[in-house]
Amino acid sequence: MENVGALAVLLAFCFAVYAIIGSVVGALAKRTFLAISARRAVYTVWVLLTIAAAVLVTSLIQGDFRMAYVAETSNRDMPSVYKFTAWWGGMGGSLLLWAWLLSTYSAVVVWQNRRKFRDMMPWVTAVLMTTEGFFVMLIAFVASPFKVLAQGKGIVDVGDGQGLNPLLQYWTMVIHPPMLYLGYVGFAVPFAFAIASLMTKQPGDSWIHTTRRWTLVTWMFQTTGILLGAGWAYAVLGWGGYWGWDPVENASLLPWITATAFLHSVMMQEKKGMMKVWNMVLVASTFFLCIFGTFLTRSGVVSSVHAFASGTIGPYFVTFLAIGIAGTAYLILNRLEYLKSESQLESVLSRESSFLFNNLILLASCFAILWGTLFPVISEAVTGEKISVDAPFFNRVNIPIGLFLMLLTGVGPLIAWRRSSFESLKRAFFWPAASGVGVALGLFAAGVHHFYALVSFMLCTFVAVTVIIEFYKGAKAIGSKSGQNLLMGMMELTHRNTRRYGGYLVHLGIVVLFVGFTGKAFDLNATVELGTGQTLQLGHFTMRSVGMESGQNGNYQWSRLTLAVSKDGQDLGTMSPERRFYVASKQPTSEVAIRRRLDQDLYVNYAGPSDDGTKAVIQTFVNPLVSWVWIGYWVVLIGTLICMIPSKTKLVFPRTEVVGIAKHDIPTPEEVKHDTVEN
Amino acid sequence: MNNYWKFGTLTVAILGVLAWLAVGGVKETQTYFKTIPEVRVMGDQAQVKRLRVTGWVKPGSISHQGGNVQFMMVDAEAGGNDHMAVVYSGIDPLPDTFKDHAQAVAEGKLDANGVFHATKIQAKCASKYEAQVPQGNAAASHTGI
Repeated sequence: MENVGALAVLLAFCFAVYAIIGSVVGALAKRTFLAISARRAVYTVWVLLTIAAAVLVTSLIQGDFRMAYVAETSNRDMPSVYKFTAWWGGMGGSLLLWAWLLSTYSAVVVWQNRRKFRDMMPWVTAVLMTTEGFFVMLIAFVASPFKVLAQGKGIVDVGDGQGLNPLLQYWTMVIHPPMLYLGYVGFAVPFAFAIASLMTKQPGDSWIHTTRRWTLVTWMFQTTGILLGAGWAYAVLGWGGYWGWDPVENASLLPWITATAFLHSVMMQEKKGMMKVWNMVLVASTFFLCIFGTFLTRSGVVSSVHAFASGTIGPYFVTFLAIGIAGTAYLILNRLEYLKSESQLESVLSRESSFLFNNLILLASCFAILWGTLFPVISEAVTGEKISVDAPFFNRVNIPIGLFLMLLTGVGPLIAWRRSSFESLKRAFFWPAASGVGVALGLFAAGVHHFYALVSFMLCTFVAVTVIIEFYKGAKAIGSKSGQNLLMGMMELTHRNTRRYGGYLVHLGIVVLFVGFTGKAFDLNATVELGTGQTLQLGHFTMRSVGMESGQNGNYQWSRLTLAVSKDGQDLGTMSPERRFYVASKQPTSEVAIRRRLDQDLYVNYAGPSDDGTKAVIQTFVNPLVSWVWIGYWVVLIGTLICMIPSKTKLVFPRTEVVGIAKHDIPTPEEVKHDTVEN
Repeated sequence: MNNYWKFGTLTVAILGVLAWLAVGGVKETQTYFKTIPEVRVMGDQAQVKRLRVTGWVKPGSISHQGGNVQFMMVDAEAGGNDHMAVVYSGIDPLPDTFKDHAQAVAEGKLDANGVFHATKIQAKCASKYEAQVPQGNAAASHTGI
């Protein structure tokens, strides 16, 4: 079996290399048959990798403990679903997942466009297969999941395995890695189209139109992956938070930030023909950050407490990144004349400039996070001393950035293209701004004196009100013409321009997320030893220890603490945090108990018995507004899905071209008319 | 070109503020990676700077007292000569991997008596594989296809 898997991977590598050569030679020599054979090689790669993945999964589920990978990530008593997810529980397998997903995407792209873009497609194939070849090479020659355990010349069957890391035996971990990888891997597609358009010297931006939906889909997967990871950290790791600016988390956030910037600046290119070079840079950065993220998470460079750049696959990734970045930079510089901007910036108070600042700020945040994550490497190179920075650094830089972004989220969509005046701004933003200030004053009077929290709530209100007003005005205009009620009007409105109103919903989701983040400012926590019958007070909550019990099943031993919880004297029932000791991996884990409510979560972690065994050590947290983070995610998801539905009205964007700039200030255009879908 | 001046000024102002915040953030949280012998070499400096010390948990030395956890950290997995007493009083629960023989990273400051006050502990299990495959096979476990 393992021989079949290894052979399939080896063949997949050969076919990927053939696909690169075939499509490049086919494109250069104008030999269509070569390009077509390269396309078929792409399908073959998918078939071969599917076989390899099937072999690995079968071995995991059947428990073939002769294989090193199976012995490392699975054991007999593990539930079947985790035997399956052990596919990506270790390095070799997760690289196989990456490669398999990329081959799936590649096959879909090549199939969808088999009769389109005859000049670009060979290059798209070449770029995709170069990436594919790199990952398949790693699986075939560096980190194969198909190795068997051997002693001398004999194969050893260890009988039972180590089991999947118990921390990963949790439902979000079943879908988190594939989601994140779907996001990471998917960005190879827009990147491949961008490179293809540079190679073939396309003057237009057809690559942007073709890849818009891909970009959205991958962005959605990235968002889902990141938030599932946060949800997992919150429910499993037991430290009461969901985001710790850990290098692995940062690695997943970096490409998300550049992808978000790309999604915005793409509109500038579509509507105004501006920022063409910038978009190339963004799509390339996102792709390389995705590779870099895989490298950070998968090379073991960060889990190692010592060194940053060790591990067997590190050098390969560094080489791939260096060559790829240098090649892309050369290509962009070489094709600058095809990327000329079609119009110019006219005013600081304009839609264009809000996009520009949105990009600037997102990139600054990305750079700061990258800098902080790599600080130990940079400081060692410069001063010879290894120095790290911690969560406060990231918060200090990113909180102001987040708040400024929130402001732009409110202002950007309503400000006019080209130029706007203070007068029209006042008209558009009076009520949102007034509500924001009102909320902030109200909270201040109610005793909230945390500066950032007040600013955050103010801006959240501001953005929410602008979005609601947009929906309301539009729906009313439709309603007065067609006689539909407000709700039907809103649905009609959204359907007419899904991209715009879906986007507003995403913004609203981000607002909800920010409300959740802001709750962090009001956290409470306490760590105590509690004997049976003793009580603990935290915030409004009182917890009384009722007793402990313990037991065992095949997979783990457990001991459970039961607490009777009340809030302001009102009985809330019991909570039972649990501590488990996994037999196969000999690792303890905590199963925290969380009482989730819209206003605040009560979070209890049982850290184990005290030294004398008579008391229980528990950590308790009151986390206000955390649920808003998860709700915000659903709103973002729905908004993104709406963006992908085709609009009812076919949209065309006539580009405004600058013929000259007036010497005097011309009165600004009228306020945006909401019943026309000009946006 | 008036517009480009305006944009330039705004951009520089924004980036300037962020750079200022970043520099402050670095100064506030920068932590030096050290091993126990390296801490000894630092002398007085060791008590001023925030440190991140790597070592191994001495078997049997972990004890809980009140909210605090005390243990001895040694400079080599096999034992070693250089010991350092560590008191952990952070709010985060200790990682599940924190136990005897584990490789640990303690973050915090050294006091004048040579006791290390940690606010954060990270730990990594001693390599898992050797425990399962019979002795002498560890090196061979990665051969074959």
